[in-house]
Amino acid sequence: MSPTAALVHKDDGYNFAYLDEQTKRMIRRSLLKALSIPGYQVPFGGREMPLAYGWGTGGIQVTASVIGPDDVLKVIDQGADDTTNAVSIRRFFQTVCDVAVTESTAEATVVQTRHRVPETPLKEGQVLVYQVPQPEPLKKIEPRETETRKMHAYAEYGAMQVTLYEDVAHFGRIAKTYDYPAVINGRHLMSPSPIPKFDNPKMEMNPAIQLFGAGREKRIYAVPPYTSVRSLDFDDHPFEVQTWKGSCALCGSTTSYLDEVITDDRGSRMFVCSDTDFCNTRQAEAAAAKAAVDKVSGEEA
Amino acid sequence: MAYVAVKGGEQAILNTHKLISETRRGNPDLAELSLAQISEQFGLAVDRVMTEGSVYDRELAALALKQAQGDAIEAIFLLRAYRTTLPRVAVSEPIDTSKMAIRRRISATFKDIPGGQVLGPTYDYTHRLLDFALAAEGLERPQAELAAEPLDETVPRVIDLLNSEGLIEEEIDENDGEVFDLTREPTTFPARRDQRLQNLARGDEGFVLGLAYSTTRGYGGAHPFVGELRLGEVAVEIVPEELGFPITIADVTVTECQMINQFRGSADKPPQFTRGYGLTFGHNERKAMAMSLVDRAMRARELGEDVRYPAQDAEFVLSHTDNVEGNGFVTHFKLPHYVDFQAELQLVRQLRAEHEERRRKATGSEQAKEAAE
Repeated sequence: MSPTAALVHKDDGYNFAYLDEQTKRMIRRSLLKALSIPGYQVPFGGREMPLAYGWGTGGIQVTASVIGPDDVLKVIDQGADDTTNAVSIRRFFQTVCDVAVTESTAEATVVQTRHRVPETPLKEGQVLVYQVPQPEPLKKIEPRETETRKMHAYAEYGAMQVTLYEDVAHFGRIAKTYDYPAVINGRHLMSPSPIPKFDNPKMEMNPAIQLFGAGREKRIYAVPPYTSVRSLDFDDHPFEVQTWKGSCALCGSTTSYLDEVITDDRGSRMFVCSDTDFCNTRQAEAAAAKAAVDKVSGEEA
Repeated sequence: MAYVAVKGGEQAILNTHKLISETRRGNPDLAELSLAQISEQFGLAVDRVMTEGSVYDRELAALALKQAQGDAIEAIFLLRAYRTTLPRVAVSEPIDTSKMAIRRRISATFKDIPGGQVLGPTYDYTHRLLDFALAAEGLERPQAELAAEPLDETVPRVIDLLNSEGLIEEEIDENDGEVFDLTREPTTFPARRDQRLQNLARGDEGFVLGLAYSTTRGYGGAHPFVGELRLGEVAVEIVPEELGFPITIADVTVTECQMINQFRGSADKPPQFTRGYGLTFGHNERKAMAMSLVDRAMRARELGEDVRYPAQDAEFVLSHTDNVEGNGFVTHFKLPHYVDFQAELQLVRQLRAEHEERRRKATGSEQAKEAAE
């Protein structure tokens, strides 16, 4: 995060990163409050963005408030850099602040994401910005904010535990597969956004700063670096993540989250990494290793 | 078949921008619409976009409509996104609608009123027969005749006449002049009336109309009377700090509705009529009336009435009026969700396998039982 005061982007009439400095200041204050109370939803004066609500306006406002001219931005949707909405958001930032962009998780200083945490572990100094459609984890249990605020205030999360128990009673297991509720820093119940539960453990004790922006609902929350993130479960039904029988058809990974791809109309399918950067990097490494082996064996012959 | 990862999203986006521009233009052999034409001849569409877009600028609203191919909600979205980037120069003084240059003004509560009933421009008494003559261009239109005398400069509001008898509750500024700004601060519950009215003014016309309708059909006990509905131009004044007195910066057209509603009274209060208020930019009586009904319905709690129906539930109403929010969220479901879907797919397959396993065991043991018998 670099200072961005009064930086006007040279190519158009908009302020650096679109938002005016007063708005950025307001959002940064909300972010600081959110980092101070991990998992607590801070109401903020969300602005109307030139992108539809529900399409990442919260994430964009957070990114616009923390990004500086020296930052390197990566934008992913479903783990991929080339999905249309990720492309659209990346283009937005290239237009309004002309920052360097990358597809490499390791090179990025700010990563804006929808529905995934990158497979490559994040480092200190990196910022992961989540787009959040519904910040309130209790919404499906109690739609009234006046009530859910009280439930958070008293840390009254029994209702959520009961909901998970109802799954166990009906299906024999917890049937929540994404947007899996977690308690942050032993205090606030938080929606991790609709990431698959596969990604919940990556949030735990992560060295990076994790920021969450919900534009339509006008809420910001955060998980500071090295903070506990406990996914709700039961002693006899412990939290577990998705696993696949096979591996990625492109890079052979057995540890990444896989997308199912239907390849014909006769039911053929294959599984590939959802994280395109992770998959491409592994493929390139494998190709390089193979080339090195070929070269060595060629020399020997 | 080999799998090729879907690439080229960027090129597709650039292409769709070109394609939508082509589609918007339609047949290039036909003359292109000018903003002035839209503003003049689709005036009510422009009014709606200005109201829900919260910017009083006919030219910008016309541009938004042109860019959105006439889609009101898309146009409202465009105008709102532009509005966010504008600086706040000043906060105006409250407009004084009793000093309105009236074009139309009616009351349903009294046959005659000081200042008179003024029918003005309205579709109310047109028979809704398609006017095929209008399909031809350049038709000569009849001109309305000018009245012999102009209207009074100040036309008192009907509702103020009831005020003098104490028959209607007084309008009280609860905030000491400080007005909440919905576009700068998040809504808080319970929301005060300034928040509620701002929300309704920007709210989707169709949704607010539907809610208002529901209050008159038993889902909220509305017994409304249109105290007054007026349309015309009012002056917008600001008080610059260096001057210390108000100066007029603009004239804007507004539609105002004062709805009178019944109230039985309570132990502390004698029976008295209550108010519902509606205001829109431009000419939009449907919206102003619907707004005033929903405003009144949402006052249930403060007036000690039971909150039993959707229109009375401020948290429900205020959270769902905004069509830019609603449109964004409902349509976001067309974005890729394949990561979540994969998670659900996996679970359903697993649950089905377990179900099948249980069924097999159950029939297996039953057969074994039968065999034993």
